Amino acid sequence: MTAVRSLGEPILSMDSISLSFGGVKALTDISLHVRKHEILAIIGPNGAGKSSLLNVINGVYHPSSGSVTYKGATRSQMRPHEAASQGIARTFQNIALFKGMTVLDNIMTGRTLKMHAGFFWQCIYVGKARDEEIRHRRKVEEIIDFLQIESIRKTPVGRLPYGLQKRVELGRALAAEPELLLLDEPMAGMNIEEKEDMSRFILDINDEFGTTIVLIEHDMGVVMDLSDRVVVLDYGRKIGDGTPDEIRGNQEVIDAYLGVAH
Amino acid sequence: MFYREAGQFKTSYAADQAVFPIAQDRIFIGIWLLIGFVAIPLLSNEYLFRAIFIPFLIMALAALGLNLLVGYCGQVSLGTGAFMAVGAYAAYNFWIRIPGLNPLIAFALAGGVATVVGILFGIPSLRIKGFYLAVATLAAQFFIDWVFSRIGWFTNYTPSGSIAVPPVSVFGFEFDTPLRKYFLCLTILVLFAVIAKNLVRGRIGRSWMATRDMDVAAEIIGIRPMYAKLSAFAVSSFFIGVAGALWGFIHLGSWEPLAFDVNRSFSILFMVIIGGLGSILGAFLGAAFITVLPLILNQMPQWLGIQLSTAMISHIEFMIFGALIVFFLAVEPQGLARLWRIAKEKLRLWPFPY
Repeated sequence: MTAVRSLGEPILSMDSISLSFGGVKALTDISLHVRKHEILAIIGPNGAGKSSLLNVINGVYHPSSGSVTYKGATRSQMRPHEAASQGIARTFQNIALFKGMTVLDNIMTGRTLKMHAGFFWQCIYVGKARDEEIRHRRKVEEIIDFLQIESIRKTPVGRLPYGLQKRVELGRALAAEPELLLLDEPMAGMNIEEKEDMSRFILDINDEFGTTIVLIEHDMGVVMDLSDRVVVLDYGRKIGDGTPDEIRGNQEVIDAYLGVAH
Repeated sequence: MFYREAGQFKTSYAADQAVFPIAQDRIFIGIWLLIGFVAIPLLSNEYLFRAIFIPFLIMALAALGLNLLVGYCGQVSLGTGAFMAVGAYAAYNFWIRIPGLNPLIAFALAGGVATVVGILFGIPSLRIKGFYLAVATLAAQFFIDWVFSRIGWFTNYTPSGSIAVPPVSVFGFEFDTPLRKYFLCLTILVLFAVIAKNLVRGRIGRSWMATRDMDVAAEIIGIRPMYAKLSAFAVSSFFIGVAGALWGFIHLGSWEPLAFDVNRSFSILFMVIIGGLGSILGAFLGAAFITVLPLILNQMPQWLGIQLSTAMISHIEFMIFGALIVFFLAVEPQGLARLWRIAKEKLRLWPFPY
């Protein structure tokens, strides 16, 4: 699978990124590239800085040194909504859905940046505002169809089981039609069947929409099967970067996961 | 059984996104509009208009405005009375300083002034949340109370500090009888309720609810928190400002700063909480509960033929009213609107168990 697909130019480059909170160094001198259309997995033991890395990419955290180059533009600081407007979407480790809203509304929210009807039109809900709502509803229905959640579209997400919530959250991220999709443990807490579904969705998204995907995952089977490339973090440092096969044989990675005899 | 949407198929997204997609809801709202515009005017007397319906309509408008802010956007505000005061005093000043100004335009302008003040006092919400924001808006309440009672310009230097306005007249049509006032308030309320409903089911409403439910995720999706919060403060203050202007001009006719003190803020916040946060219907139910119930309790001993002293009646009224509030919040913390939603879900199947 990985061999036949051609991967493009780097869409995102991180150059010697460091991030610290007070005295705690979350990330130390991390450099990595994400190429167009690839699925990159970030793995590492707990507290290795994986989520912090995603947070740096979409502007929640500002690195204390180093720079991020996204689609040719280098920047050191960026607000999350700016990242969103440039085509970066993400899901969260602990589901961050809007609990009081329905599935439909949650996914519609993902299209906020693409909607432009003025305040006045929204007040009277005719003309532009209504046309826009219907146009985006059609797009959202395509996503609902793709994720096979038609039957729950009017259910408030707070009532859904965990696996479906994860799926809705993926739908919300997809609604923005991102170029770069960041998935923070998309399969945490799922059973085998749900994991298989989710893997299929991730591969389809990558395949059909050409979306570049960076994902954090703990299930090594999934990681090795899905990803084109794997980056390994440990204590905020990068200790491995390569194809799944290379990582499997990397002694430093094995030591980090299994521990070393002293 | 009575609320089943079975057989009501939608063939377009437009139909599915209508305000009331279920036929029974459309019938219900039609009945309510008939009651409001036809039955009540035919059946009630001047006292009922003055004591119940007009205050209810205006308070429902204010509660609607506050619900947009607290219920939909999740920003607690204790400054409602102050924003109402801004609306009332602004309308008064536009009215005396621009001769011949149409009062309806004065009310709209007053809403605009309340909007600006609301945005100004909404700025702290960008940094603080919850209880702390409530305290910050409480500061707005005290500050604005002080402004209107101390700075003479706003009251046009009336020696007593109270303001009196003659009946509102639009294009030579005088809103002087309670019935006419009732129609004016009802029309404005229906108009604003439609606007509120349109806003909350569109993009702005979703960005408010997203900010309320999970602000970090909202920002990552591309919703700017500043825009979402301040727009909620703006729209909410506009509603409340217009409600304040109506309260002064239509209901009271003459008022002093005390009419918009912190008790007013609390009572409107109670309406929103008891009615149901994040529900348009809730604003109406809450306003009805808070404005109508005390009057009913007050009249109750007479209807039952029990002889009680007036002091006793008012004490009992307070006690029962307080007990009812506690009871409703204990039974259903999400308000009366939630009870109605549960009833609807039950009615789908009734009388069958499943």
